[in-house]
Amino acid sequence: MLRYLLRRMFVMGASLLAASVLIFSVVELVPGDPASFMLGTGAQPETLAALRTQLGLDQPLPLRYAAWAGAILQGDFGTSFTYKTPVAGMILDRLQVSLPLAVLALLLAVAIALPVGLFAAGRHRRAGDALAMGAAHLGVALPNFWLAMLLVLVFAVNLQWLPAGGFLGWSDPVPALRSLILPAVALALPQAAILARVLRSALIETMGQDYVRTARAKGLSASQALRRHALRNALIPVLTILGMQFSFLLAGAIIIENVFYLPGLGRMIFQAITQRDLIVVQSAVLVLVAAVMAVTFLVDLAYAAVDPRLRRA
Amino acid sequence: MIRVADLSVVLDGRRVLDRVSLDLVPGQVTGLVGESGSGKSMTALAVMGLLPQRARASGQVALDGRNLLALPERELCRIRGARIGMIFQEPMTALNPLMTIGDQVAEVLRLHQGLNRRAALGQARERLDRVGLPAPRFPLSLYPHELSGGQRQRVAIALAIALRPDLLIADEPTTALDVTTQARILDLLKDLVRDEGMALLLITHDLAVVAGMADRVAVMQNGRIAEEGPTGSLFRGPRHPYTRQLLDASRPAPARPASDFPTPLVQVEGAVRDYRTADGGLRALDGISMTIGRGESVGLVGESGCGKSTLARAILGLEPLQAGRITLDGQVVDAGRLMPRGLRARMQVVFQDPFGSFDPRWRVDRLLAEPFHLTGRPPDWRKRVAEALAEVGLQPTDARKFIHQFSGGQRQRLAIARALIIRPALIVLDEAVSALDVRVRAQVLDLLARLQRDHGLSYLFISHDLSVVRGITDRVLVMQAGRVVEEGPTQQILDAPRNDHSRSLVAAIPAIPIDWS
Repeated sequence: MLRYLLRRMFVMGASLLAASVLIFSVVELVPGDPASFMLGTGAQPETLAALRTQLGLDQPLPLRYAAWAGAILQGDFGTSFTYKTPVAGMILDRLQVSLPLAVLALLLAVAIALPVGLFAAGRHRRAGDALAMGAAHLGVALPNFWLAMLLVLVFAVNLQWLPAGGFLGWSDPVPALRSLILPAVALALPQAAILARVLRSALIETMGQDYVRTARAKGLSASQALRRHALRNALIPVLTILGMQFSFLLAGAIIIENVFYLPGLGRMIFQAITQRDLIVVQSAVLVLVAAVMAVTFLVDLAYAAVDPRLRRA
Repeated sequence: MIRVADLSVVLDGRRVLDRVSLDLVPGQVTGLVGESGSGKSMTALAVMGLLPQRARASGQVALDGRNLLALPERELCRIRGARIGMIFQEPMTALNPLMTIGDQVAEVLRLHQGLNRRAALGQARERLDRVGLPAPRFPLSLYPHELSGGQRQRVAIALAIALRPDLLIADEPTTALDVTTQARILDLLKDLVRDEGMALLLITHDLAVVAGMADRVAVMQNGRIAEEGPTGSLFRGPRHPYTRQLLDASRPAPARPASDFPTPLVQVEGAVRDYRTADGGLRALDGISMTIGRGESVGLVGESGCGKSTLARAILGLEPLQAGRITLDGQVVDAGRLMPRGLRARMQVVFQDPFGSFDPRWRVDRLLAEPFHLTGRPPDWRKRVAEALAEVGLQPTDARKFIHQFSGGQRQRLAIARALIIRPALIVLDEAVSALDVRVRAQVLDLLARLQRDHGLSYLFISHDLSVVRGITDRVLVMQAGRVVEEGPTQQILDAPRNDHSRSLVAAIPAIPIDWS
């Protein structure tokens, strides 16, 4: 078990290092000079050169990478070219929206997918299964921004139960949570649909396994065998999908953030790219990569928790 | 006693069981034999009340005066596992990989007796001890993957008999195990029947297993019981022609001329093959030397994991050796470098599962012509395909069919045709007839013997079934832990083995008593 963990952690560290090099090079290779963007088209060459020196842009590439990476290791993510504020603080602010949103959406997705998947698998090839999977098809196919607008129309405009958008910070937690509900639902429904389908097919496959037949021969009813023996075995593929979904929800919520005017991480990165705020882009992407890896690590831990064959390997 | 009377089952409009009647008496073993598709397993599932949902059953399965076929599912759940237990063929997959063996046995006790986990585990311990998995070596906390196939089958038995059922149904319980393990599991089942006074319904395709185990035997064919009676008299005087066919086929004796094989074709000298594993290493071949003569048929026997398949793969040039060398007609077979195609073309292989070794999307002509990539496809390749089909007893029109359109025996014929098409000198047969029913197996063995005569082929024949080895090989090598422990003429090794290991191997083979035939 310990060896398994150590190996995973080593892989994670190495991947993070490789990712940082890649992110840095890609951002550097993309055309567009932050200094000339900041000063506009009519800038004097001397002013431009001075600003480039001030930003450190005249240094050779490896040196700049080393400086950037070294600073990050000490918690210094640099200063935004555009806003002149520390990037770390900006990312932290945005994470306060994006992280709860992603977690909320994921919990919702699981809460919907679990019963639907179990229901459909239990009624394999019968009407209930067809109905549930038809709904799941629809859920996968619907664009989530359209779903978001629909939710706003119904629950914010017509019924006026929840706010239509905006986010005023966590100082008052109840309105903050209320403003995250609709976006979380819009994000969760398509993910729940995917998850339910994966869970259903994994369950159906495990239901055909010999050990489920053994369970039935022991005297378990079909639904007991499904819950006690098939479900846990079917969780392994589901965990993989879950990990990928969380990563997507963390940064991929940009469209939903736009529909609901949420100050999330996705919108910040998008703005930083249009403004050539390289330091913000680099750091935010690196934070995202680290988050994705942390999730992957957690998924690996979950695998080991579920499957004894990995624990003792 | 559980009495099955006039049990019929209709599945998708087809009558798969037709008026089956059996008395399953406490303390008695009833053998149910027959070929695949004869309805053996369907009978077992009907008794368990676990038929597929589409199936319609009629007749009676009577327990305590109640007809199980008429009981609602909730009642049946109370009977399954408590009054009737069942074990299956595949011990490797029959247990939940995510649950400890203790919990899996305890689950039956908790389910039916409402015991708490602690009390149930206590009884599970006692039941595991009973099936030969004693306490210090086999703690309850073990997971199935930490056990061998035979040990897993013992766990499956422990949970099936945990509540001392009236009836234990064993559906091919030892088919997936090697002979020595099979013998031990059969002994255990026999003891349990005697000690616990339960009835055992032993389902198997292997007549020899039944001969040594059963008090009564029922022979099934096409969903019907063709013949039923006390084991000894049924074997001595089979009345039904089908029973006679099965008995004849279970002692395959293809016509093979006895002769000497002075010219060696394959020579293996001091072959060593090491595998790197998590805990150190494994020496799969430990300095093996052997030869296969031109036109000779050599049998390779031993328990699973003894290195039989590794040796076969090494001879085929698929396993690099750490020491020693292998030659075919004096040419060195070396998997490390790119082996010359001409050399590869001189040996072919037929595996156990013919379906898995064919691409399901290719037609037969393309499948059979595949080895031509070693020799270059001759212009008359279609004619060669037709000839190969004819040679294995199939029609030229079969060339345009797909593999799923053939039965298991026909698929194995196709695999042999594919091996033959480039006229190899050696064919390696790795458990090539193990998955076939006895009558089909006898036909395929006859075919192999004829092809050997006609083409002067050499065979390397790997099998755990020693009755087959006896029928088709001239010489036998007994392997143990990567070494050859005994070697000699087939007759001599199987009748009078000298080495301890070969002796226990031969002793473990179930056999129909000589005076019964």
